[in-house]
Amino acid sequence: MSFPDPIAVFRTEAAELLEQIEAGLLDLNVNLGDKDQVDAVFRGLHTLKGSGAMFGFEALAAFTHHCETAFDRVRKGEVPATHALVTAVLEAKDHMRALVETPSGDHEAMSEALLVNLRRAVDGGGDAATAPAAAPPAQTLYKIRFSLPQNAMANGTNPLPLLDELRDLGTCRIVADRSGIPSLDELVPTDLHISWDVELLTAEPRSAIDDVFIFVMDDMELTVEEIAAQAQAPAVIAPASVAAAPVAAAAVVSAAAASAPAPVDAKTAKANENVRVPAEKLDELMDRVGELVIAQSRLSQLAGGSGDLTLRAVSEDVERLSGELRDTMMVLRMVPVTHLFSRFRRLVHDLANETGKRIELITEGETTEVDKSVIERLADPLVHLVRNSCDHGLETADERLATGKTEAGHIHLSARQQAGEVIITIKDDGRGINKDRVRAKAESSGLIAANASLTDQELYQLIFQPGFSTASEVTNLSGRGVGMDVVKRTIDALRGTINVVSRPGEGSEISLAIPLTLAIIDGLLVRVGNARYVIPLSAVEECLELSVEEDMRSRGRSFISLRDSLVPFLRLRDLFRTGTKPDQFQKVVVISTGSERVGLVVDQIIGDHQTVIKGMSKLHHDVATFSGATILGDGDVALILDVGHLVAEGQQQEAHLRAAG
Amino acid sequence: MNQVVRKLSEDLWQGRDELEVLTFEIAGETFALEAFIVQEILDLLPETSVPGAKAFVGSVINFRGKVIPLADIRLAFGMEATKPTIDSRIIVIVIEIDGEPVLAGIRTDKVNEVTTLLQSANEPPPSVGMRWRPDFINCLVKRGSEFIILPNLQVIFSARHEHSATASTHG
Repeated sequence: MSFPDPIAVFRTEAAELLEQIEAGLLDLNVNLGDKDQVDAVFRGLHTLKGSGAMFGFEALAAFTHHCETAFDRVRKGEVPATHALVTAVLEAKDHMRALVETPSGDHEAMSEALLVNLRRAVDGGGDAATAPAAAPPAQTLYKIRFSLPQNAMANGTNPLPLLDELRDLGTCRIVADRSGIPSLDELVPTDLHISWDVELLTAEPRSAIDDVFIFVMDDMELTVEEIAAQAQAPAVIAPASVAAAPVAAAAVVSAAAASAPAPVDAKTAKANENVRVPAEKLDELMDRVGELVIAQSRLSQLAGGSGDLTLRAVSEDVERLSGELRDTMMVLRMVPVTHLFSRFRRLVHDLANETGKRIELITEGETTEVDKSVIERLADPLVHLVRNSCDHGLETADERLATGKTEAGHIHLSARQQAGEVIITIKDDGRGINKDRVRAKAESSGLIAANASLTDQELYQLIFQPGFSTASEVTNLSGRGVGMDVVKRTIDALRGTINVVSRPGEGSEISLAIPLTLAIIDGLLVRVGNARYVIPLSAVEECLELSVEEDMRSRGRSFISLRDSLVPFLRLRDLFRTGTKPDQFQKVVVISTGSERVGLVVDQIIGDHQTVIKGMSKLHHDVATFSGATILGDGDVALILDVGHLVAEGQQQEAHLRAAG
Repeated sequence: MNQVVRKLSEDLWQGRDELEVLTFEIAGETFALEAFIVQEILDLLPETSVPGAKAFVGSVINFRGKVIPLADIRLAFGMEATKPTIDSRIIVIVIEIDGEPVLAGIRTDKVNEVTTLLQSANEPPPSVGMRWRPDFINCLVKRGSEFIILPNLQVIFSARHEHSATASTHG
């Protein structure tokens, strides 16, 4: 068993802290007077600084320290929280992320610039900045004695930053007590034998001292005693006062200090009993469960074929258990979309600043849960869609007022579950998609024939074509025509669909329907020649029989008429070169690839099949026709058709045939 | 070319005097793979052909719940296909492709033994008298009166010039 890399653990923790800080800042931006959020942000910054220093991220700690100081002043009411300050700290937060990710990179210039910004934001918030200097609060002399457990350094605590932090609090005199150091032959170099006596003259409250030790509080011995309150700046502290310190009184304080934080810790631990598990371990578990499901279906086939009643009973038990296990497993991989949505608050905030529009983001259904891997892959397309809405969809404030709308534009981001799919909707109340412009653009770029008759939906789908943009000018945000193409590709890869609704002048709505999980799908099991294939059930529209006369007649043409519309079809036997004779009663599975319907001619439809998806090997990455493979009840492998690619492949082959024939 | 081949064969030995290998037969020739890349030796399994894949890795098998490609080294060496016999086995190996470990099966006519090859008996592939692509072979090792071929799987697996099974351009 290997220990997790402490740096990696810190990075994960830091990522979470940064997310918390960001959420706090954005909330604060809405309600500047929110004291709780100020505290929350401050705590986040403080923890980040502390653990950053502990893990050797010195640059991060130093930089964060300034932000923390700024927020500390807000917390104490010395400076008011302002939008400028929030924005400055938001920017600083992004920089902190960079510092966490590439601590060795060259960040100094950036740090400087951001700090100047921050200082300006703090000072600009009023003349309060000068206030502390004008009336320095009374200073107190504390005598602090602390010692860390012997194994502290082995556990990653470095006492030096603690001392530095104490020095930051005020005028400090630190004496190391070396009496605990054993003779050289008994000395273990990794053990800590030194304790420290510190005299600290500071304006900070007592709690500030406790804060310094917050991470090591549990195991250490700390005594803090107040010696004298001094109204004026400190003179040099006489060494004599060290000796004068009453030891007995100190011990009492130490007990109180050491025991006080403990119950708090216990309480937070209980409220938050989560276990952090690396995603890959979950994937491994998912694989095992998949194997179990396969083994179980073999077992039930065997049991079904035998007359042994006890075997059947056991098999049924196993079937139930493995079904439950699979369901639990699915739930484990589910995470709420909150994480996804929270990023957009920031994005919209920035976009509003950049475009000068007023934009309000409303999110809904954040608790909707989606498979983790789906969430990760949804982030990019959603960014493009939200950007698009902000930039193209929403009008400027003046335009909005002129058309009788509210000054602020609204972006509505919502998620809900619906029959095995999650629907994510991005709705804006802007100008809507200009159909005429889309059509003109599509015609001029040759995507559609002039005067082609298209439904609205087909027309809207054109905006997802690569390089398609109706924006007359390319802005910083969008208009290059790459974004929507990314959306389409990602959603296709997730086996999802895109639906666009738009009303001129009222806004547009783009819905993404994505399967809840990538690990298991419902499929239709078919046989072509001797091999079996799985067609994702979500793509299947209907199944029908290809009558002999239809088959004969369609030698020259490959389409059938289905309720008065022509549906082209592909013979999978030909496409896969099975070299077998067609079955007498071939079937056509009509599939929809979003924009078109295509029939696939198969020899036999076996039935629906819960499919545990196995990725194709790297050696087969050149085969686009299949999105994966699955293992059937009898242990055989069936390939899963990638419907979109299959149709494209079929079109290519036909083009070849036409060229040849 | 000879220099390149020599370099490859030196890479394989990496200064070692001995090499522990698993020997097997394909179409009458004896091949050997380093023993440590071998995961398992299996009886023949039902195969599922992958339409459109390179003929060399034209099918997949179910290896303990994983779907892995089955490679036919014969095709890389232009050998005649032989009928499966009672001795036919699949060797499951793990090789690195683009920096990632990949499981793959290799169809063999017979698996012989795990044995030790001596570096002193190692010979680079001759530049004439061989119809196989020289870069597909790491080295030849003499043992008794016969030669054992150590194929260079990295090169064989990443070779891109294989004609595809469906040969869509022939349509």
